[in-house]
Amino acid sequence: MSAATIVSLPDQSTARIPKMNFLTKENGLLSWLLTGDHKRIATLYLISITFFFFIGGSLAGLIRLELLTPQTSLMAADTYNKVFTMHGVIMVFLFLVPSVPATIGNFVIPMMVGAKDLALPKVNLLSWYLYIIAGFMVIYTMAAGGVDTGWTFTSPLSTHYLNTHVISTGLAIFVAGFSSIFTGLNFIVTIHKMRCPGMTWFRLPLFVWANYAASILMVLGTPVLAITLVLVVLERTVHIGVFDPAYGGDPILFQHLFWFYSHPAVYIMILPGMGVISEVISTFSRKRVFGYTAVAFSSVAIAVFGFFVWAHHMFIMGISNYAALVFSLLTMLVAVPSAIKIFNWAFTLYKGSITFETPMLYAFGFMGLFTIGGMTGVFLGSTGTDIHLTETYFIVAHFHFVMVGGMLMAFLSGIHFWWPKWTGRMYPEKISQFAAVVTFIGFNFTFFPQFILGTLGMPRRYAAYPPEFQALNVFSTAGATILGVGYLLPVLYLTWSLKYGAIAGNNPWQATGLEWQTQSPPLTENFLETPIMDHEAYDYEWLEQQQQKEVASVG
Amino acid sequence: MDHISPVLWQFLQKWLTHFALFPPEASKIAPEMDALYFFMALVSLVGLVIVVLLIVSFSILYSKKRHPKAVQIEGSTILEATWTIIPLGLFLIMFVWGALLYFRIYTPPANAMNIYVVGKQWMWKAEHPGGQHEINALHVPVGRPIQLTLISQDVFHSFSIPAFRVKREAIPGRYTTVWFEATTPGTYHLFCTQYCGTNHSQMIGDVVVMTPDDFKKWLEGSTSGNSLAQDGERLFTSLSCSSCHNTRPDARGPSLANVYDSRLTLSTGETITADDAYLRQAILNPSQHITQGYAPIMPTYQGQVSEEGVIALVEYIKNLDSDYRVQQTLNTTDLVPESPAGKAATPGKAPAAQKEVKP
Repeated sequence: MSAATIVSLPDQSTARIPKMNFLTKENGLLSWLLTGDHKRIATLYLISITFFFFIGGSLAGLIRLELLTPQTSLMAADTYNKVFTMHGVIMVFLFLVPSVPATIGNFVIPMMVGAKDLALPKVNLLSWYLYIIAGFMVIYTMAAGGVDTGWTFTSPLSTHYLNTHVISTGLAIFVAGFSSIFTGLNFIVTIHKMRCPGMTWFRLPLFVWANYAASILMVLGTPVLAITLVLVVLERTVHIGVFDPAYGGDPILFQHLFWFYSHPAVYIMILPGMGVISEVISTFSRKRVFGYTAVAFSSVAIAVFGFFVWAHHMFIMGISNYAALVFSLLTMLVAVPSAIKIFNWAFTLYKGSITFETPMLYAFGFMGLFTIGGMTGVFLGSTGTDIHLTETYFIVAHFHFVMVGGMLMAFLSGIHFWWPKWTGRMYPEKISQFAAVVTFIGFNFTFFPQFILGTLGMPRRYAAYPPEFQALNVFSTAGATILGVGYLLPVLYLTWSLKYGAIAGNNPWQATGLEWQTQSPPLTENFLETPIMDHEAYDYEWLEQQQQKEVASVG
Repeated sequence: MDHISPVLWQFLQKWLTHFALFPPEASKIAPEMDALYFFMALVSLVGLVIVVLLIVSFSILYSKKRHPKAVQIEGSTILEATWTIIPLGLFLIMFVWGALLYFRIYTPPANAMNIYVVGKQWMWKAEHPGGQHEINALHVPVGRPIQLTLISQDVFHSFSIPAFRVKREAIPGRYTTVWFEATTPGTYHLFCTQYCGTNHSQMIGDVVVMTPDDFKKWLEGSTSGNSLAQDGERLFTSLSCSSCHNTRPDARGPSLANVYDSRLTLSTGETITADDAYLRQAILNPSQHITQGYAPIMPTYQGQVSEEGVIALVEYIKNLDSDYRVQQTLNTTDLVPESPAGKAATPGKAPAAQKEVKP
């Protein structure tokens, strides 16, 4: 398969990383901490979310270790509760939500639309600072003794029954929420106002569409989470009695408010990942994405429907049967655009000219795992089966298939895909293909047994469990070990490649996006002159003509 | 096998003998839910196989080696319509099928035997109508619909019996119901599935399904002497409920006989059905639930009665089909004022009432 590659690197004996680029323009810590450059801010984000990913990942390791045996043998129940709470909080709010948008999106969206930067560079930097403040608050919480509400902060448990650090965690998420509101706002303004001449809405890469849809969700959904958390804090401190039935409040109201954000948040997390997959599948099959408009609009449809399905988290909580009916129906409708996307990606391969570089392998992994994650979501969206499966390991497996199998695969795919653009150097191909396969195997080993555990009825968030569930839990823990290796490898070889990777040149993948038509790493201003978009997105014929022209003019 | 560590060997042995893959089906609804479950699993499997087949076959057929030049295709409305409509159709089938099950599980039949369940950190307390109390256990007979009326005393809990495929949240401040009909005698897991704090994973118990005869024996052997309604009656008296709800013409509170399931007109003009939830609210939050024609003088009993106490009261009122018993208790309380102190407390009134009581 070695011949079958699209990678075209410049002659390594003469090639150099361009002297002038966004990484080398200024030096010193301050030039980074006060930068307005979206690429530098994206780099800051990349470092910080990787840091938090590994904290969250270590906590996941502790959870799996504890669950190796049916008894609470590694830690006390309280400690276990804190560990899974911190795992959830860190992974959701400090990794998944900002992962693709704030990191990859920040880096490529301005280039994709042909702009010099995001519309509001200082707000962009503010987003990162808010993120870091939130991160410190979470670390403070952990150091001070942790919190054991679960990442869902269910009232009245969180408001009246726990004396752990609920307030500092709540405020951390409040702050992190503003970070993502500002990022979303920035993307929306940029995509509306900063597109280069000729860049019509339907010439935008699908990654931009997906992030646009996610941004709308961030801007409209996150304030509700902020309000909810403020109410939790007020309930705890001055007992305003919004959620507490003893004061005439309603704990179900908390559920409504929390899930009104937290369901769309799932789409905030997955949509940008879907955007990555569109780019990668197209590039490595040399084909325009099958049914561009359908894929673009399916993102928007997910964003719109995504707001009206929140009560499917509450089917067993005593909402009216008829409300459950409506929300179940809407949930079924929101599943359809995801199915459309999967098939459109699959048919993008049809009559393509496919190569299997690492980003493509991760993208294939995404498609398989997301299909399982999506279909098991239908099990939970159907009211009858939800009764049996919700609040068990089935739901844990389901959202890990979507979030880890889907989103994290997409994130890794994107990181490998844009790595040459970001650093100017290639990652080592063979070992990274190996890492992709290890991740895929480890993932299935870890999470597939959990579907069976859930069907058996094993409740989530249990520090101890009946002994007949042990065998499957041992499988799961063993898989997590493999998965851990799969995640450590990229950190090692990507760091290695910063110094030793092959020089990538402008466009190693022969991709069509505007970001590939400039040098790697790009200049601070992205382009030498404002680009003019005179072709459709994913127009590989245009790219060929362009290259022939270059050869002709040079030759 | 001597090179396998004994720990691993023991584990493998245990695994081979105790390896659960699918929960037992021990209720009437379980096989029906499993039918939908397997239908969905089948659809998912077919869907997954299609996606994998597409990826693999296209990857082989159109790899760069075999197919060096990509053919640009815009899309295909017919194909896209196909994979919009077919999944939509399948999802809608699952939606309708699921909804039918959901409505059945959450709509108890009228003849169901009601058991109250109170969740609290960290135990389940079941209250049988016959006065049997259980902690972290639930004994039920086969072949009889059982309705559970759940409430939580503190935080959210969730009552889950995987073998029956039923689960319902126990919520502070409101009753929720679920029902099942057990089919196979045996002992099954009972879990709290909603995270509820430190000992969430200890909030487990056994559901014991018995033949009707065994169940009858169990009921007889575990009775506390009083039925739940009798407990309620005792509370009704000791909380002095009967001093107002006493059926006299000048009573300050309405008569409670046959009030359960009747239509009431409230002082706000609203009409409601006096169900369990209403009775509970009327005890704990009376000022919001005044029957038309009565003054809002009832004090709240919030904090004075536990959820179990409220349940006993509700059960008592539910079974109150005449005023006879209230009057009886009235008579017994009226015996007390025979002492001079009591007489001073209710001057003149009580004896007069006594005369009216029994013609």
